[in-house]
Amino acid sequence: MRDARADVRRPVGLRLWLSGGWLSLLTLAAIFAPLIAPQDPLAQDLFLGRLPPFWESGTEPGFYLGTDSLGRDVLSRILYGARLALIVALVAGTLTCLIGATLGLIAGYYRGWPDRIISRFVDIWMAFPPVLFSILLIAVLGPGLVSIIIAIVIIDWTRFARVIRAEAISQGAMDYVASAQVAGRTKFGTMLAEILPNVLPTIVALLTLEMGIAVIIEAILSFVNLSISTDSPTWGGMISEGRISVHQAWWVLVFPLITLFLTVLSFSQLGEGLKDRFDPVLR
Amino acid sequence: MMYQIRDLHLSLPDMTRKPILGHAPQMNILKGLSFDIPKGAVLGIVGGSGSGKSTLGRAMVRLLEPTAGQIMFDGKDISHASEDELRPLRKRFQMIFQDPMSSLNPRRRVGGIIAGPLRLHGVDVSGKVDEALEMVGLPRHFATRYPHELSGGQRQRVGIARAIALRPDFILADEIVSGLDVSSQAQVLNLLEELVRDLGLTLAFISHDLSVIRRLCSRVIVLRNGEIVEATETVKLFDTPQADYTKELLQAIPLPDPGQTWT
Repeated sequence: MRDARADVRRPVGLRLWLSGGWLSLLTLAAIFAPLIAPQDPLAQDLFLGRLPPFWESGTEPGFYLGTDSLGRDVLSRILYGARLALIVALVAGTLTCLIGATLGLIAGYYRGWPDRIISRFVDIWMAFPPVLFSILLIAVLGPGLVSIIIAIVIIDWTRFARVIRAEAISQGAMDYVASAQVAGRTKFGTMLAEILPNVLPTIVALLTLEMGIAVIIEAILSFVNLSISTDSPTWGGMISEGRISVHQAWWVLVFPLITLFLTVLSFSQLGEGLKDRFDPVLR
Repeated sequence: MMYQIRDLHLSLPDMTRKPILGHAPQMNILKGLSFDIPKGAVLGIVGGSGSGKSTLGRAMVRLLEPTAGQIMFDGKDISHASEDELRPLRKRFQMIFQDPMSSLNPRRRVGGIIAGPLRLHGVDVSGKVDEALEMVGLPRHFATRYPHELSGGQRQRVGIARAIALRPDFILADEIVSGLDVSSQAQVLNLLEELVRDLGLTLAFISHDLSVIRRLCSRVIVLRNGEIVEATETVKLFDTPQADYTKELLQAIPLPDPGQTWT
């Protein structure tokens, strides 16, 4: 019998290519920031303050996206800011996912007392207002990269725990779980070998979403000056500084904002795109 | 004797009548069942919905633990055996489930599904998957497919292949044809008949449909509300049904000619 499945043309995942492309570009830019940034992101020069982007008149060569009120190059600062944004996205996103998904999986699959303990904990946790909670946390921990990551993990693990728990409950009721038990698979082995592959698409979608959210939280914390010291440029910090001079120099606000927007959008679309591409059931 | 079941009771908590505080009341599902399955026999377990036949099946393969009574498998009491104690026995009794869409892991390929139980029991997998696929009449390249890429009848064959791959002594088939159309039903039943003959299997076949039981089974037990109302040879059941409930079930079989009866 001829297998005709190879003949079925799958639509090119435009979503995956666009979002993946933007994120790869950003990653490369972040890694090679010292090589490609036209200026020192911290160098101030009051004579070069509020230069407009390159297509307007009155620019200086080498300052493509203009400068802020202290004469710092906007493009270079965005490139360096990408480093922090991506580190936060990857590290905080992954940690949040690992902790939340593990607890959710255990609660949803084992039920009983592990579920009761974890679910109560999640309920209580979610009653705290997240932004206030994170500001308070950073105030206690002291600003810095590690504090931001800890704050994001502590606030957002409940999202994973809830969704993955619900998913694990519905998967646990399927007969393939009973079938694994009949075959003699251990309870823990069943969770890893049977349930996990079936909640993995949800985990991946949530993970990429969480990376976008981590970028936003970092920006919010920078906006209220609780992120990293002003020595290292962050997108949130740039947006907050640009806000003050938006009527004189809109580019200081707009370019980091666009970058932030595209990055968060790409993260969430990447999850959907990966699911379309790699989930065998949707193929 | 493959199975000896003595005075089997099983109750489960009735969550619909659970008070806000405190425990749910127990609902008695099996109320003292006793029967034997000799080696090589094909036993039909029949009853309407809610009669407890699936619960009985799940207790027999110890997916559920009985509240009281005894389940002896090949002389060993497995009624309260722990999962660790059961594991070595598990390769000797297998189960085929009603809905293959739910019983086959949707994110595993057919080959992996069939090889899973083999690997768990340390059996050498090489060639066994192809062999099992061949025995249930599926082409070998199906091993690389996912369950959702198969038809209902093909999926149920994969379920059968998984159960027979370990060469068990006993297979429990729980309503395995009720989700299939009539022609797939006939094919799956033919296949099962062949396998029972060729592999010398002992089979318990759960169904609500007496016409299916009639083709396959040598003995039948009729369940109603968790009790056995009749246990006899299949021929006798169709010729001289004793219990009123059995007569009702017999009358529920659709016949080509409404005037015709089974006798």
